Amino acid sequence: MRVTVKNSHSRIIMIAFVCFNWCVELAFAEPKTVSIAYLSQELEVPSALSNLDPVIQDGGIQGALLAIKDNNTTGQFTDQKFLLEEFRIPLRGDVDDVFRKIVAKGYRLVIANLTTENLRKLQALPKFDGILVFDAATRDDEFRNATCQPNLLHMQPSRAMRTDALAQYFVKKRWTTWLIVTGPEPADLLYAQAIRRSAKKFGIKIIEEKRWDHTYDARRTAQSDVPVFTQNTVDYDILMVADEKGMFGEYLAYRSWTPQLIAGTQGLVATSWHRTHEQWGAVQLQNRFREQAGRWMAEEDYGAWLAVRAIGESATRSQSVEFTKIKKFLLGKEFTLAGFKGKKLTFRSWNGQLRQPVLLAAARSLVAAPPLDGFLHPTNELDTLGYDQPESSCGSTENLTGVKPELRSGQANVESKQGFSLWWEKLKKKLQRAN
Amino acid sequence: MVGKIKEKVTKSELNSMKYPLGCLILLFSISIDSARAETVFVTLEKDNALAVVDGESGQLLKTIKIGQRPRGIIMSKDNSALYVAVSDDNTIQVIDSNSYQVVGNLPSGEDPETFALDPAGQRLYVSNEDDNQVTVIDIQSQQAIKMISVGVEPEGIATSPDGKWVVSASETTNMVHWIDPKTLAIADNTLVDPRPRAAAFTDDSKQLWVSSEIAGTLSVIDVLTRKIIKKIGFQIPGVSQEKIQPVGIKIDKERRWGYVALGPSNRVAVINAKTFAVKDYLLVGQRVWNLEFSPHQKRLYTTNGVSNDISIIDLEKHKVTKSVGVGRYPWGVAVKP
Repeated sequence: MRVTVKNSHSRIIMIAFVCFNWCVELAFAEPKTVSIAYLSQELEVPSALSNLDPVIQDGGIQGALLAIKDNNTTGQFTDQKFLLEEFRIPLRGDVDDVFRKIVAKGYRLVIANLTTENLRKLQALPKFDGILVFDAATRDDEFRNATCQPNLLHMQPSRAMRTDALAQYFVKKRWTTWLIVTGPEPADLLYAQAIRRSAKKFGIKIIEEKRWDHTYDARRTAQSDVPVFTQNTVDYDILMVADEKGMFGEYLAYRSWTPQLIAGTQGLVATSWHRTHEQWGAVQLQNRFREQAGRWMAEEDYGAWLAVRAIGESATRSQSVEFTKIKKFLLGKEFTLAGFKGKKLTFRSWNGQLRQPVLLAAARSLVAAPPLDGFLHPTNELDTLGYDQPESSCGSTENLTGVKPELRSGQANVESKQGFSLWWEKLKKKLQRAN
Repeated sequence: MVGKIKEKVTKSELNSMKYPLGCLILLFSISIDSARAETVFVTLEKDNALAVVDGESGQLLKTIKIGQRPRGIIMSKDNSALYVAVSDDNTIQVIDSNSYQVVGNLPSGEDPETFALDPAGQRLYVSNEDDNQVTVIDIQSQQAIKMISVGVEPEGIATSPDGKWVVSASETTNMVHWIDPKTLAIADNTLVDPRPRAAAFTDDSKQLWVSSEIAGTLSVIDVLTRKIIKKIGFQIPGVSQEKIQPVGIKIDKERRWGYVALGPSNRVAVINAKTFAVKDYLLVGQRVWNLEFSPHQKRLYTTNGVSNDISIIDLEKHKVTKSVGVGRYPWGVAVKP
């Protein structure tokens, strides 16, 4: 069995990029320190359609390390130091064991680069409530809705945000008849679900949904199988593909029955970061990352970078290294993060999702970065992507911060109150269990 | 990194040995100036060229090929030369403002974008975005004399007219670093709103104005205390807040009006520099970026990156009088009397 990372022990990386000479000159004491835990897991190397792209062994951590470096450059001037310690859940290891170590060491700021399953397990652990977790990797809408928690923040756009971004673009292009092809994986079904939701939201017609199964025939005869598979009695504009692991989506282009545009998880993809992204100063982040990591920045790197930078920004602005002050600032109204996407990034108070433009990228060109002009919103156009407050079945982060959720008129209030009471009931049960 | 830059210094030094700057300045001072009111120079980032426009008539006179990806541009104190950051050539070119010939290269460090000239006209301070440094160049000897470490992604840079301060704004650190030109060391830092872009001193050196692109604000900083005394926000009817991204700043000599380019909102804000009230938003070309006054501050020129033109604003009436197509991605602007 191949394992992505050979080292199965929690290994410690202590980074102190602050120049000590400088500290000695200017400060009487050591700079104040913010300690962050980075939690990831070993994974089996996934099967892939081709070996074109090397498997990334250090995804996420490189982004976190770069952000620590950025934070420490700023820290020189604010007398703050940022440290990162890396923890890994071994391949057959237990989330609980590793998390216990994190808690025992006193970490309260945790960056999680975990699979859906592991994040779910982490969420259920009793000590989870006392910390602030930055989910750098998942895109599941469940964490943003039904199983949301006030101390769980999401750095990646959810599936709903991604498919809404695609929908906005195609509505603008008036390519509003879609055929969906869905893979067999649970993630594919969730992506397809997000596509259906977006189609409904933006008035897009789905003429059919087809299921791609990995039978021998299908895999071996892409050239002959795909045309028949994509043939439809009604013409459609876009072939939307839901294949998150990339097991068949690439087969669809140029092999379809009619000349067809592909979008979704392949073709025109909706992503939080892409190597074609150069606008709004992004080229500087791309350059710094490549110099450090020797490869292009991946989505999980960007997620981890955002998380560590969010902590850095809060520590700088609140002029504190204390957990409660950092958290309060982070979830408060004044917090904004510059994420190289031309807009200020903030957290949605109702579900901890980081508001952000979603990049729509072709292989070698950035096509658009929705939200697009013309898709209006009463408070923040970034909230035209994904679950808006009235739709959210999640409560709010109110109890942690004392900051009221952003309430709007009419329906929004009623809906969010319902959501809030649901969440409150859940929390009460949880507290009872804990007692 | 320092070693790398130093290597470049020597290379550029060799290049520039052929053209001693001093002799050239002497030559230009005896050359006869044309009868035109003023000449406007605009760097064209995507055309690798410099557009030359007659300020009075708004006529595009000429387009000159220069180095790769020209961005920041400043006129020398004696108006004889233009300094142009040609980012992809990793140098600042010295261009004769009469013959339009490249007469020298200054060792700017990698990927120069914005830079400032000291009031005496002897030094250039260059932001090196990728290296988190400010390079100090002695113009006469064409040498980099110091590299100063600043925050992440330094961008906006300005020198105070009284010669007491150099400020560098770093985009990701979100700070203004106050550099003492005597010691060339950072003396103080002021935290500003996210993604500071441009910085400009008032003529009396008492205030520093700093634009924050992502926050959509302008901070007015008291130079004496280095504290923010006023934050100015912008609201344009019918334009979403997200589009309001303040960049270039110009404040008139009497500190009556300040002008701020608001990027993709395609407006220049007119600010009463006494009360800090926004008086007007002038509609210019798309993604307005940098600004420059005419010699007597009767006109303001704006570079509009997306619409490939410059707008000319009449400052007596606060009206946009003309837009002039200049070429692809107009970035910076300098004016020769």
